[in-house]
Amino acid sequence: MEVLNTLLLIFILLCAIAVSFTRDLLTSIILFMAQSIAMSIVWILLRAPDLAITEAAVGAGITTLLMFITLKKLHAIRFQGKDHDKEEE
Amino acid sequence: MTKKKNKAWDWLVDGSQALDDTMIQEYAEGESSETPSVFSRPHPRESGYYERFHTWSHDRGARLMKVLYAVMVVCICVGISALLIATTSDMPQFGDAKPVEDDALSAFYVEEGYLHTGAPNIVTSIILDFRGFDTLGESHVLFIAVCTVMMLLYIPRRDDPEHLREWLASEADDRATEPHNDLILQQGAKLIVPMVMIFGIYILLNGHLSPGGGFSGGTVLGAGMILYLLSFGFQKTERFFNIHTFRRVSTAALMFYALSKGYIFFTGANRIPNGIGTGQFGAILSGGLLLPLSIAVGLVVACTMYVLYTLFRKGDL
Repeated sequence: MEVLNTLLLIFILLCAIAVSFTRDLLTSIILFMAQSIAMSIVWILLRAPDLAITEAAVGAGITTLLMFITLKKLHAIRFQGKDHDKEEE
Repeated sequence: MTKKKNKAWDWLVDGSQALDDTMIQEYAEGESSETPSVFSRPHPRESGYYERFHTWSHDRGARLMKVLYAVMVVCICVGISALLIATTSDMPQFGDAKPVEDDALSAFYVEEGYLHTGAPNIVTSIILDFRGFDTLGESHVLFIAVCTVMMLLYIPRRDDPEHLREWLASEADDRATEPHNDLILQQGAKLIVPMVMIFGIYILLNGHLSPGGGFSGGTVLGAGMILYLLSFGFQKTERFFNIHTFRRVSTAALMFYALSKGYIFFTGANRIPNGIGTGQFGAILSGGLLLPLSIAVGLVVACTMYVLYTLFRKGDL
């Protein structure tokens, strides 16, 4: 359990550092989400399941979704689906 | 440029030396004899200063700012980290029971909390009962956040051609980019969405018995609704969720929360029995007002998450 805890904490640190060093916004959002999921596992290990559920749902789910849409609205990330849809039509 | 002016100039540029009154006076005197009135074209010397300052801010100034920025960033990060680490060194060891025993409030929550609320989950009973006023504020913060986003991003459907065009454009944009006929996503969503919804409802209803409660359950419900929306498009969700649904559900939930909390506070402060029993310990219908309050908070949170998504997505519900 100690080893898992340490590994998760190192992973969280690495993710947090990597978020600020990646140039690609999409990658940084996905790293942010990975950090949230690792954090929610840490909450479970700390016996705080209430927080774990909230962290997984808000940190990994809703926040990531909202950031994705914002980037899409700003045309900061390209989606491959657009061309695909046009071909179908 | 004279030597005197250089002094003031140096102060303006890097602030390395203190500026005293004589320097300003010297600078003003030196300038007033040469500078024409402001209405005429800039004096060659003045535009020279401007040029100089401009080029300075572009090469040396930018470099200075970069260095300053890096130094400040490192200083602030190290300072805040040191502060946080210093604070954690004061905290008790992990798993140490002594501070809990020493602290009367913690001991009260752990030992006697369930006698007052009738709920096994201490966290929910603190959030919704002992500290219920905080949760009321939090739900209102969410509601205000949605109102603000609505003010900024909502595009109302009106007959006004300008608005109609705007709305149609956003609609077209949305319909063009949403992957409507993604078979894998739809089949996956058919399988996952019911489970997510049932899990959310479970968390919501068992908030006073097991880990969970209004906020987490509501977020899971909202995420399930967003997943459904993502895979089946707006036409399906518009049938059961529109702006009126949002308005009615969240206002009713907030009103119910505020009224029931007001009732509890009023009776509690005046020492009147409130007539709400705690029920059988561990049963689903127990814990007094914890269950209805957690449902109210969950509805507000679920609506908030869903509406935030749709407003960000296309400026409408």
